[in-house]
Amino acid sequence: MAAESEGIHRLTDLLRANADTLIDRWTALASSAFRGRLTTNELERDSRELFASLLPVAESDGRDLTSGQFSELKSMLAELSRGRARQGFTPSETASSVFALKQAVQELTEAEEDPALFRQVMTFSGLLDALGLWTFESYSRAREEIIKEQSEQLLELTTPVVKIWEGVLAVPLVGTLDSARTQVVMEKLLEALVETGSEHAIIDITGVLAVDTQVAQHLLKTVVAARLMGAECTVSGIRPQIAQTIVALGIEFGDITTKASLADALRHALRSEGIDVVRRRDGRTS
Amino acid sequence: MERVPILKIGDVLLVSIQIDLQDQGVLALQEDLAERISTTGAYGVIIDISAVDIVDSFIGRMFATIASISKLFDADTVVVGMRPAVAITLVELGLTLGDVRTALDLDRGMKILRVLGKQRRGSFAVTDDFAAEEVL
Repeated sequence: MAAESEGIHRLTDLLRANADTLIDRWTALASSAFRGRLTTNELERDSRELFASLLPVAESDGRDLTSGQFSELKSMLAELSRGRARQGFTPSETASSVFALKQAVQELTEAEEDPALFRQVMTFSGLLDALGLWTFESYSRAREEIIKEQSEQLLELTTPVVKIWEGVLAVPLVGTLDSARTQVVMEKLLEALVETGSEHAIIDITGVLAVDTQVAQHLLKTVVAARLMGAECTVSGIRPQIAQTIVALGIEFGDITTKASLADALRHALRSEGIDVVRRRDGRTS
Repeated sequence: MERVPILKIGDVLLVSIQIDLQDQGVLALQEDLAERISTTGAYGVIIDISAVDIVDSFIGRMFATIASISKLFDADTVVVGMRPAVAITLVELGLTLGDVRTALDLDRGMKILRVLGKQRRGSFAVTDDFAAEEVL
């Protein structure tokens, strides 16, 4: 037991004594994986920080990463891999920056012929494996966060409510419509109707790829809700194929006004507001 | 029980709902309103619900009921100021408002009633002329 604990301390001592050489070697190995996309200075700073928090736990085998002594190291690694994920590095590049230390330590201890030290290096390498996996895990978690953020942004971006005339709002819908998006569209449109006091709204579905019964149902709901609030809603931009689908599916649009294009819908809205757009008599533009 | 006041503006009755209506209140309002329309001979009823956040199916049905009652006295009903959340709820509940007209705000509601009233008075005028001709 005494010999073993001595061995453990030997590894830690060895690591501490050779800290600078190890970090340099580690940085060099890791930077070869990043191929110049990360400056050596940054990498060295990261390595140095990691090494400092790795030293106190170098004795444990890393079988149980949930214990409190790893929390600092774990949060540091999580932060690191989150950063790497945002910078666009691949997961193996991110994880290999941890694994590179293994090679550095192996190179350092190769010359030693102490079996106790060898055992400890093996254990240490097991710890590094666990830490590498943790890095990978945090990396994918960070990626998922990014994807979630982006889809939320997309939801916001793709449903703008624009005012195209005094009292006329338009919602150009692009992409596929699902329940979540239609809900957002509905709410934003109705809010905008109240805010701007507009009596007309045009839902333009030129950019909508497919219309099924559910999408049609959502559109109808939006129109009916707008009507309940005292605004008139027109659906425009139904493409030929979609028109065929709608008829084939037997979807009834009831008394909802549909127009071929946004321009037609705008003209319809203006007319019901009592505005007529006419060409000037001399026919010139200015 | 709180009662919703019914205000008379010209030939229009204005009901502004500012409280959380309970079922009892709804029934009382319907009674009061029927009473007032018959005594005043108003040609329009405006229900302002811009302060209403929450509706249930009972209140949703109230609009249609009030409209039907008003119809019997030959008065039009306009619901004004419905909030988006309320509109969505009513649609999700599958409620239709029947004969009720809607407007974004009180101003527009009054305008609708004015137009409808003018049409009505116009038709009266025609019958009056007709009667006058007959007398002549």
